[in-house]
Amino acid sequence: MDAPVPGLAASYEEPKARSLSGRNPPREFRWGRLLLITLALVFLTAFLLLPLLVVFTQALAKGVSAYLAAIVDPMALASIKLTLLVAAIAVPMNVVFGVAAAWAISKFEFRGKSALITLIDLPFAVSPVIAGLTYLLLFGARGWFGPFLQAHDIRIVFAVPGIVLATIFVTFPFVARELIPVMQALGKDDEETALSLGASGWQTFWHVTLPNIRWGLMYGVLLCNARAMGEFGAVSVVSGHIRGLTNTMPLHVEILYNEYNYVAAFAVASLLALLALVTLAGKSILEWRQPELRDGARRWRDNNRKGKA
Amino acid sequence: MAGAAAPIRRPPLIPGFGLTLGYTMLYLSLVVLIPLSATFIRSLDLGVGHFWTVVTAPRVVASLRLSFGAAWLAACVNALFGLVIAWVLVRYSFPGRRLIDAMVDLPFALPTAVAGIALTALYTPNGWLGRLLLPLGIRVAFKPLGVVVALIFIGLPFVVRTLQPVLEELDQDVEQAAATLGASEWQTFTRVILPALWPALLTGFALAFARAVGEYGSVIFIAGNMPMRSEIAPLLIITKLEQYDYAGATAIAVVMLVLSFALMLGINALQGWAFRRHGAR
Repeated sequence: MDAPVPGLAASYEEPKARSLSGRNPPREFRWGRLLLITLALVFLTAFLLLPLLVVFTQALAKGVSAYLAAIVDPMALASIKLTLLVAAIAVPMNVVFGVAAAWAISKFEFRGKSALITLIDLPFAVSPVIAGLTYLLLFGARGWFGPFLQAHDIRIVFAVPGIVLATIFVTFPFVARELIPVMQALGKDDEETALSLGASGWQTFWHVTLPNIRWGLMYGVLLCNARAMGEFGAVSVVSGHIRGLTNTMPLHVEILYNEYNYVAAFAVASLLALLALVTLAGKSILEWRQPELRDGARRWRDNNRKGKA
Repeated sequence: MAGAAAPIRRPPLIPGFGLTLGYTMLYLSLVVLIPLSATFIRSLDLGVGHFWTVVTAPRVVASLRLSFGAAWLAACVNALFGLVIAWVLVRYSFPGRRLIDAMVDLPFALPTAVAGIALTALYTPNGWLGRLLLPLGIRVAFKPLGVVVALIFIGLPFVVRTLQPVLEELDQDVEQAAATLGASEWQTFTRVILPALWPALLTGFALAFARAVGEYGSVIFIAGNMPMRSEIAPLLIITKLEQYDYAGATAIAVVMLVLSFALMLGINALQGWAFRRHGAR
């Protein structure tokens, strides 16, 4: 049993001891180190920390009661409800797609796989405003399907379905691009074992694959949801800005802001900022449980490159 | 002869190829490909002559120049400071490092409209930072510089997050070897570290740039939106739509899409070149 396996021995290398020079620099490095840390902190304070703080200070500028009044305003509540509804439709749609795409890409070899991966990423390269425009061109009154929709009294654009579609477009790659590297790294041994023991395809998916990918899936859902609830440009084009009906939270923030109702605008914005903080906390917890999640994007790219080579 | 020897079991075929790939293609086509091609096809309605008149109108050219120029500038700033931040986060330990590490993703998580009004409040002449910059003669809010500031915010995590894992895996023995052989710190950085970082730096730059070109929510609040001066291309698309000038809006959209795709292809090629030249980590 202890006989060395030649193949393994050749590929196995002692992990290199991490040099400590970076963490405990000699004296002459200290100034440079201090300078760089200061530079990074000043930059991050100006561009990340202060914007976050300003949201809450502006929201509470006229006291807690003004803040609460702005949030329980019927129009604000309607926008919160709509935002939750849109995310509740868009995120599951993209989860189903993400799982299907990751299954096809990670378990099978087929021609054009790297092209498919590039196409899944495409919405990231498209301006959200253009995403909204494309749906307007299809479903708007002067769009391709406009006359048909009008004849059958179906409203897509300037109504909730359009907002959902635009949100799906901009959050399209989120779940897939987290799941593809996770499932590629897992391989297909577990599934093959389950199948050879007599499990059906669905059983294998529910009892073997899903538990394996749950952290990656939650990670993708978290990021997808944050973007879905916060999307502004794409939704702005197709919403029609009808108060209480087609205004999501970010659109409501814009309207209040443009009416110079700053306290109310920042109050609704503070809820979205809280959502962002919860998202970041959840993301950190998931990364702590599953450190590989952090490198997902890079592994994805490397796989992509291998596919092209 | 059948059954004489137990055949070596082949692993069972994993099911669902047709279903999952079919659904992937269907959903991709319905949500992304068909709507995008519709935009290209609709722009043909204009005819070449009219299309050219629309996209070479001075206001359109100015907005495209601002969108791409500000995105380029912001991506450059992000490449530089993103490198500094990634370096500090990977190489140094100091109190609050993990918190800052988590904070870097804020622009991914914070809705762009919220970022927009927050940055505006910060950089107006009586805002926390605008007040400090005013005596220096620097005005950010409602100026083209405001566009750049918003785009820096949006793009920062792309650079930091692509550089971080590469920096973590960088072999510090090589740096020590360089130092032992008499290289100065700067020489070690430019000759040893930077070449290994190039592909990741370019990727981060490209991602930040691509995101910034199309950005709308965070920009419109801080930009002031003066035609010819601080009006970005996505805003001009929306303005044209509000005037029911669908053809004009589509023409600008097509130019933006073509320019973005061309740039991404170019940067991809450049990245492939850097990757081949300097090799994998």
